[in-house]
Amino acid sequence: MDSLTNRPTTPELAPVTPHLDDYAAVVGPAEIHELRELAFRLSGRCIKMVNSTAVGGGVAEILNRLVPLLNELGVPTQWDVLKGGNEFFAVTKAFHNALHGETCECRPEWFDLFLAVNEENRRHMGFDEDFIVIHDPQPLALVHAREGRNNHWIWRCHIDLSRPNATVWNFLRPWVEKYDAALFSAPAFTHSLPIPQYLFYPAIDPLSDKNRELPPEFVQSVLERFGIDPKRPILTQISRFDRLKDPVGVIQAYQRVRKYFDCQLVLAGGGATDDPEGDVVLREVEEAAQADPDIHILNLPPWSHLEINALQRASTIVIQKSLREGFGLTVAEALLKKKPVVASAVGGIPTQIIHKVTGVLAHSVEGTAYQIRFLLSNPAFARQLGENGHEHVKENFLLTHNIRRYLLLFLNLSQP
Amino acid sequence: MKQAKHPFEFVAASYLIRIRPERAWTLAELAQHLQAVSAASVLYHTFQSLESHNYTTFSNDFAQWALAACNESVLAEELSAIDLRDIAAVEELRKVLTGTLERYLKQHPQAGDRPAFEPFYFCEAVETVVHLASRAFTLEELAEGIRQMSLHTLHHHFINARLRPKLQASDFSNWIEDSLGLPELAKRLDRIDFYTNTLEGVRKEILQALDTWTR
Repeated sequence: MDSLTNRPTTPELAPVTPHLDDYAAVVGPAEIHELRELAFRLSGRCIKMVNSTAVGGGVAEILNRLVPLLNELGVPTQWDVLKGGNEFFAVTKAFHNALHGETCECRPEWFDLFLAVNEENRRHMGFDEDFIVIHDPQPLALVHAREGRNNHWIWRCHIDLSRPNATVWNFLRPWVEKYDAALFSAPAFTHSLPIPQYLFYPAIDPLSDKNRELPPEFVQSVLERFGIDPKRPILTQISRFDRLKDPVGVIQAYQRVRKYFDCQLVLAGGGATDDPEGDVVLREVEEAAQADPDIHILNLPPWSHLEINALQRASTIVIQKSLREGFGLTVAEALLKKKPVVASAVGGIPTQIIHKVTGVLAHSVEGTAYQIRFLLSNPAFARQLGENGHEHVKENFLLTHNIRRYLLLFLNLSQP
Repeated sequence: MKQAKHPFEFVAASYLIRIRPERAWTLAELAQHLQAVSAASVLYHTFQSLESHNYTTFSNDFAQWALAACNESVLAEELSAIDLRDIAAVEELRKVLTGTLERYLKQHPQAGDRPAFEPFYFCEAVETVVHLASRAFTLEELAEGIRQMSLHTLHHHFINARLRPKLQASDFSNWIEDSLGLPELAKRLDRIDFYTNTLEGVRKEILQALDTWTR
């Protein structure tokens, strides 16, 4: 397995913390001006965001940028992370998979542990802010703290709830109903609930290390470090090593493509602190790769954003062959970089990939392999998909759109 | 330079999308829900969808669903041919939509209960309008404001404005006619085709029309 070595340091790669005005270059000054106008109307209100991991995974990435920018807009926002041990996160991972429709033989003590950890956190966290936004199911039961308070509680569900395991959903649902509103990434993820439900697309930060423009020399150096040949087509899937991302299926698709094209496969990702399955899945992936020297399995640490960015930019085609997906922000990342994407038609991916317009959708290993071959044979069409995808992301899935939606939600909930 | 009696007042418009409980699995269910769903939902799937139709075949969500999920291309064309510029009230729009669906289902009864590939999810937009300090008294100032505004706001002034009571024109053309007394220019703006253009394209055409007039 490849390892991450020291990154070359150049002034262009120095860490930057973008400020709100920097985004005007991407979305236009009017967008930023209007965000300030909306935020001004919230002055005096403060927000708390709670999720279950500070690093790794899409939610932590969104909060990492959303929270500082809300603060810069004059809306004081605090981000707290739920504390829970390995046992708790093993339970919530099982719940996560079950909510995505996987079978789950839940034990009664799992539910007790879930509630006990939430209760323990509730006792140590303050909840005096005007708006409390709870992300995903892990901290869901913190809503117990709203009793006796007059603030607004919002549940942001980042996962595909369209076919949840009934046992887990029936356990969680009464907690969801205690909130003032629920936010979902696609209409198909919603349920019949007695509270208002809103459509909130997740978003990527165009100026973060993962997405900003990179010097070509750096991209080249990353390929060299990982032993990837820049002269042959590079197929890439960026994802945590998680069965729901189907990395083994990606290898099977690549093996079918290899019969026709001399290409390479990059599977790059890392773990998240709330995902204890990562190591097991990584071993399964290594086994499936059968030591093929053209399959590069890169288990990267969570701070490898520049490397991920470089790998996406160097790719000929980006794959996202998930079996279930909340939204699949890696798709938006690739589209922003004008890459042709072949992705599964699951979760929020069809919102990003309009088939044969902003990318290509597939439903199986065979379909994924066929679409990759089609794009490798038709590079002009692949380029056009990348261009369209770039515009689609710019109009819908950027951080500034996400900020606008939150500001609007808070303003609407504040109204009597 | 002609000065208006009353200034054009710029706003910032934003939309929060609320997902409604109604879902249609068949065209018959779509027709049924369309009769009862909120006016805001009818607006969302017709007027609001114009903001993001650049990548889809048809400009309203009902037509797009009839094609993509029900494979009813003739119905899709009929629904997409409903010209919002001819309609002055949301209830009138609802009647035209349900009338088109019912007529089609009468002619093709087998299409009514055939399950779609995916359901139609009814949504509605919750609009927030913030009044800005900036105002325009002249065409030049109006053009500058249009150049600077976000696409959401352009959509609010140019497309959604047509359904406000007693206003079958855009906010811009209404002001140009009433406050500047330039009905020909107002008519020219109202002829801009927002179906075949992106919103950026619409902005460009408005600015070109204003520029020609002020030169």
